Amino acid sequence: MVVSLNLPIDHVSSWWGGVQMGPPDPILGVTEAFKRDTNPKKMNLGVGAYRDDHGKPFVLSCVRKAEELITAKHMDKEYLPIGGLGDFSKCCAQLALGADSEVLKSSRNITVQTISGTGSLRIGANFLARFHGGPRDVYLPKPSWGNHTPIFRDAGMQLKAYRYYDPSTCGFDFKGALDDISKIPEQSVIMLHACAHNPTGVDPKPEQWKEISDLVKKRNLLVFFDMAYQGFASGDIDRDAWAVRYFIEQGHNILLSQSFAKNMGLYGERVGGFTVVCNDTEEAKRVESQLKILIRPIYSNPPMNGARIAATILNTPDLRSLWLEEVHFMANRIIKMREQLVAGLKKEGSSHNWQHVIDQIGMFCFTGLKPEQVERLTKEFSVYMTKDGRISMAGVTSANVGYLAHGIHAVTK
Amino acid sequence: MSVFGDVPLAPPVAVFKLSADFREDGHPQKVNLGVGAYRTDDCQPWVLPVVKKVERLIVEDAGLNHEYLPILGLPEFRSASSKVALGDGSAAIKDGRVGGVQALGGTGALRIGAEFLRRWYNGVNNTATPVYVSAPTWENHNSVFADAGFKDIRPYHYWDAAKRGLDLAGLLDDLEKAPEHSVFVLHACAHNPTGTDPTREEWKQISEIMKRRSLFVFFDSAYQGFASGDLDKDAWAIRYFVSEGFELFIAQSFSKNFGLYNERVGYLTVVARDSENLSRTLSQMEKIVRTTWSNPPSQGARIVSKTLNCPELFAEWKSNVKTMADRVLLMRDQLKAKLQALGTPGTWDHITQQIGMFSFTGLNPKQVEYMIAEKHVYLMASGRINMCGLTTSNIDYIAQSIHDAVTKVQ
Repeated sequence: MVVSLNLPIDHVSSWWGGVQMGPPDPILGVTEAFKRDTNPKKMNLGVGAYRDDHGKPFVLSCVRKAEELITAKHMDKEYLPIGGLGDFSKCCAQLALGADSEVLKSSRNITVQTISGTGSLRIGANFLARFHGGPRDVYLPKPSWGNHTPIFRDAGMQLKAYRYYDPSTCGFDFKGALDDISKIPEQSVIMLHACAHNPTGVDPKPEQWKEISDLVKKRNLLVFFDMAYQGFASGDIDRDAWAVRYFIEQGHNILLSQSFAKNMGLYGERVGGFTVVCNDTEEAKRVESQLKILIRPIYSNPPMNGARIAATILNTPDLRSLWLEEVHFMANRIIKMREQLVAGLKKEGSSHNWQHVIDQIGMFCFTGLKPEQVERLTKEFSVYMTKDGRISMAGVTSANVGYLAHGIHAVTK
Repeated sequence: MSVFGDVPLAPPVAVFKLSADFREDGHPQKVNLGVGAYRTDDCQPWVLPVVKKVERLIVEDAGLNHEYLPILGLPEFRSASSKVALGDGSAAIKDGRVGGVQALGGTGALRIGAEFLRRWYNGVNNTATPVYVSAPTWENHNSVFADAGFKDIRPYHYWDAAKRGLDLAGLLDDLEKAPEHSVFVLHACAHNPTGTDPTREEWKQISEIMKRRSLFVFFDSAYQGFASGDLDKDAWAIRYFVSEGFELFIAQSFSKNFGLYNERVGYLTVVARDSENLSRTLSQMEKIVRTTWSNPPSQGARIVSKTLNCPELFAEWKSNVKTMADRVLLMRDQLKAKLQALGTPGTWDHITQQIGMFSFTGLNPKQVEYMIAEKHVYLMASGRINMCGLTTSNIDYIAQSIHDAVTKVQ
């Protein structure tokens, strides 16, 4: 129905007549449906944002304290440089690579502040599209975060996959991964999740990472790490960064995306970093200059607030210690919920093997539920999750874990 | 061997290089008339009093958290932004055919709009659609549309160097000759870098041709309120085009008029024929946002939204904006008066005729080089100066420097 405006031009009713309705975002769609549900026992296990044991969003104390410090400083609001807040980029790189990293000592990295993890991945993808001389293909683990594919595609890259998740074990398909990686054409880009793989929660063990590194080196592949959960996976920031640091030690000049959305609870402030490890400072300068050329026509320069908070936390000793405690606390709560869910399922009398719920790590759990079971869980129990059987453990509390166990048992027995 | 072995060193962005050079300069009388940010008469950045107030409210509000915003942004911010641009009584808003996308500054709004147009305007993925930007224009306009995929970006006549004003005939001629459906980026007010805006009569002429020839209207509105000191006056052109029935985009920035430069607060207003077309358009813009930054930053939008949606804060904001605009107008008056008093060759009426933050002085590249090297007065090679860099303390020095440049350097 076109609203008549008595306009003289009628040959086209609207410029946008041919624009198709975009499909609803699958993850956000879950939240929409959840909001509409009136069942008091409903559970939202869709979106990956941490919740406390009362199911409420959690603002870290170190964040509140940092905000107070910042407010007291009465800083101006002048534009940041294109690459962002220098203090932030420095401590962001240090957090990932380790303070005594040889890369940092030789200044052979360029790290820019980005619009959280998505912005970081997109800058990286754009950079690859413009400057990578190798194949256009980016190899993602199967499965990977849903947004990886459209990000790389919109940047002009093509997507391929390597085996990763084994549905029969709900674990890592190590043999399949090595087999697929051994066939990837040289100089292709391979994406690796540094820790707490999204959506499966399945991470390689250190010995497996070592073999992957050797193989990737042999195949001469360009490694792009996505680290969105440092600290959040095991509760220990160094442990969670182990794979990234190992690869660098092994000589891989990696690309790295970092997000502070989850580990600092700064979701809406959009805090992230993008790093390119280069051969030397000179190369890093050239790469930096080109990153700026890419960034300027997207958003000119990044937002200050979140980066300032993150830098304040990382650079103020008591706030940094407080942060480490709080990250540890969040990770532990998740681990406890995993244990309670499995205990609950045993109590319900489930005969299935739920060990993977405990073995998987991070915010998400790939339950192994099939789409029909997921549908039942949603329809009959008002438990909302994505069709692939992924649940966000952050949405589980000591108050509702029993109900969840009951529902899962009901649809799987 | 490095995969990045062949990456060339890119030239620095001119305006930031200028600031960097300024910082390195040790001369006691150095002045930075480059980057476009407001300065007080003490040459200091100015955090608006209303912004300080609202920030305190936000920090003290224990009920607020840092959760993700929706992909298209903070709802209260979105509605308030459209209202600020189109006016409280906007019929288009009442008709439900106005919506938009919260974006990272004006740049982000332009980019989302450009990406959408490349995908869905004038066919699907028609990268050949000509995009016209004014000659001269903000230099980032070219890059935004080019990186969005457009292959044919062309200048339209705008600045008449000889008469130091608008080349209306050239502009209208370009509109008549542009292929139908071409995209035109129009500066809503306070044209950057020339400070020269069409009069209302001239806007009407522009509108008539654009409607007749089915040209797409993409407004860049970075200075609403900042130009004349009056929000409605500065939005006259936008509102006129909307009342003429155009479907259009408006890339709004709150960087200058809220002094929120580093919080990246912007908005892309979309005016469509009807709500149905609007909703399909926004659904596709969501997909574009999702692969660019997922969802926008919270802080700046909260500040702007709280301010615009509260009558007392809104009034306070308007008065803060007027303070900034009035200081710029005063500096314009004084600079012109001093140049005339010095007997500096040429006419200097354009300094007070131009509007907004910038003035196209008319200084040529050699004279600009002289200003920088000999006088330590930093300005863009185009002769553009940021009026906000002038203060009661430095205006005599600047006027004298311009006088010397004009008389000593041809």
